Amino acid sequence: MPSAAAKKLRPKYLSLPAILFQIRLPPAGWVSILHRVSGALLVLPFTAWILYLVDASLASEQGFARVKDHYLQLPIVKLGALVLIWALCHHLCAGIRYLLIDLHIGVDMPAARYSAWLVIVAGLLLTALFGTRLL
Amino acid sequence: MKRLVVGAHYGTTGFLAQRVTAVFLAAYVLMLGGVLYAWQPNTYAAWRELFSRGWMRIATLLFVTSLVWHAWVGVRDILMDYIKPDGLRFALQVLTLLLLAIYLAWTVQILWR
Repeated sequence: MPSAAAKKLRPKYLSLPAILFQIRLPPAGWVSILHRVSGALLVLPFTAWILYLVDASLASEQGFARVKDHYLQLPIVKLGALVLIWALCHHLCAGIRYLLIDLHIGVDMPAARYSAWLVIVAGLLLTALFGTRLL
Repeated sequence: MKRLVVGAHYGTTGFLAQRVTAVFLAAYVLMLGGVLYAWQPNTYAAWRELFSRGWMRIATLLFVTSLVWHAWVGVRDILMDYIKPDGLRFALQVLTLLLLAIYLAWTVQILWR
């Protein structure tokens, strides 16, 4: 006779809405999902965007002026840059946390909870710090 | 008894590659931040000169190569977790590889124009 455990569907997939709205995530869970979201954003569109900006600004004197004095001054572009800064800062801070945990540093519950909060707050503070440079 | 576990190696390779490339990526970002802060290349000449230096070109190419590898492991993980239909997941994986190959080629084109 099959046991209850054997009847469970495996692998078990968690949908994104379930993660966002139905499951109350601890801070480490937020760091984790935001690490994924920021990573995905950095792959697309932000890497393409940065390559486009570096390409245009290095191509010619006019291209450089267009990017620096016109394009980067647009409010919508500044807003995009702010999201880019957050994605990079959060992904970097969370990544350092994961590398340390891989080295068995900060694995126990209180330390992991503390470092998770630290990553979330540091990501936002660094975004605010670099964001003021956009003004 | 010898057991053949087909395809079981790429997980470990990916895991290690993701972490080694992460260290390269972090080092480059911090280096670039320091260089931009110290040199303030606010003119076209200074901006162009920065990317004409040999070490900068090599560091940048190494950075984007690491980025592409790191991104592949990360995106593959995301697709495996959230995209259930095999055909759609495979198509998205192929598109991801194509996009990452374009990023790398574009970088070479920018650096050695």
